[in-house]
Amino acid sequence: MSSAPRAHELGVIGCHGCGLVCEHPPDDLTHRHCPRCQAPLHRRRPDSITRTWALLVAALILYIPANLLPVMYTSMFGKVSESTIMVGVIEFWKAGSYGIALVIFIASVAVPCTKFLILGLLLVTAQRRSNWAVRERARLYRLVELVGYWSMLDVLVVAVVAALVKFQKLSDVEPRIGILFFGVVVILTMLSAMSFDPRLTWDTEKE
Amino acid sequence: MPVLIVLRTFPDLAVCEHCDSVYRRRTLASGQVARCDRCAAVLYRASSLDIDRWLALTIAAAIVFVIANVYPVVRISLQGLHNEATLWQSAAALAQGAAAPIALPAALSIIVVPFLQIALLGWLLLFARVGHRAPGFAPAMRLLVALRPWSMVEVALLGILVSVIKLSGFVQVLPGAGVWAVAALMVLITIIANRDIHLLWELTEQAPPDEASAR
Ligand SMILES: [Zn+2]
Ligand SMILES: [Zn+2]
Repeated sequence: MSSAPRAHELGVIGCHGCGLVCEHPPDDLTHRHCPRCQAPLHRRRPDSITRTWALLVAALILYIPANLLPVMYTSMFGKVSESTIMVGVIEFWKAGSYGIALVIFIASVAVPCTKFLILGLLLVTAQRRSNWAVRERARLYRLVELVGYWSMLDVLVVAVVAALVKFQKLSDVEPRIGILFFGVVVILTMLSAMSFDPRLTWDTEKE
Repeated sequence: MPVLIVLRTFPDLAVCEHCDSVYRRRTLASGQVARCDRCAAVLYRASSLDIDRWLALTIAAAIVFVIANVYPVVRISLQGLHNEATLWQSAAALAQGAAAPIALPAALSIIVVPFLQIALLGWLLLFARVGHRAPGFAPAMRLLVALRPWSMVEVALLGILVSVIKLSGFVQVLPGAGVWAVAALMVLITIIANRDIHLLWELTEQAPPDEASAR
């Protein structure tokens, strides 16, 4: 394990806004601001665990209507249909477009579900001050930050397709309420990941 | 008015954002990356661009941004009928029916946020070139940090490609001039805005704004 001292042991805080290392004695409980960029200095993000849980649970609840409700309405030569995210994936698969089915499945199903699991795991272990697999948990957090926003893919696909297919009676595509739920889920999981303070993973000393 | 207490600062130290380990800063050779010993996160990178090049790439990004927004990204034709869509029209197409509110975050992430990133960086770099901190330097820097996760040009590009494949089954699809600009914008935004923006603080350190005496 590394021998580098941690910020609270030296009585300093790294500013979140600009990275400057500022003096902050451990017994100092006043709210200080970074002298360089004026961002508030926090030893840990305030209420990190509660906020992350709240946003994660909200995302999880909305993920249900996001999957059950149609995301797109299609009318093609008089044939009308409404499809959900999974139906869209299955249609691509059946049509032989395996690559595209896989891309949409990863962005819309695998990434959000993995995010739910990883954030839940990080929260539970951080709450228990667990020292289990800390390095791996730190990596998982960075993975969540890296891949999270790719889930917006399906929202943008519906946007482009709906903008293009506008041939009145011949053919028409419109967005449906499911895509709103899905977009909100993506935003909530991103906010949830941002609320989580990765430094909590390393706070394993029992109090 | 809050009482201002001047805190001591330690510019020669670096704190890992991910695990709070403290390190002494070292000068890195070009292309080197300092990683945290404890959690392996990136601490800081050597500057690979000087301010002039950084500004030049930002101006290039601004030009490409205009092209990406003015020209259609995809054209389709069906039984002699034609249609095309720009980025803006795509975001606007979400603004119908019950799903309408999602048009706002879509427009923000593919148009407004990239625009703000380019505009803010251009503003900051113009002043940084002559060793000054631009008016509004600190809020602009904080905004740039906050905007970064919401900039989704690369997701927009993949979205366009998926749409092209999705539609190619039943209509004729042609890429518009805008799509090449979106691809170029993706690369340029990654270079100018996803790198260590904190560097600008250090690069402008010699000439503090000192607003009081400047007047
Ligand atoms: Zn700061
Ligand atoms: Zn670290």
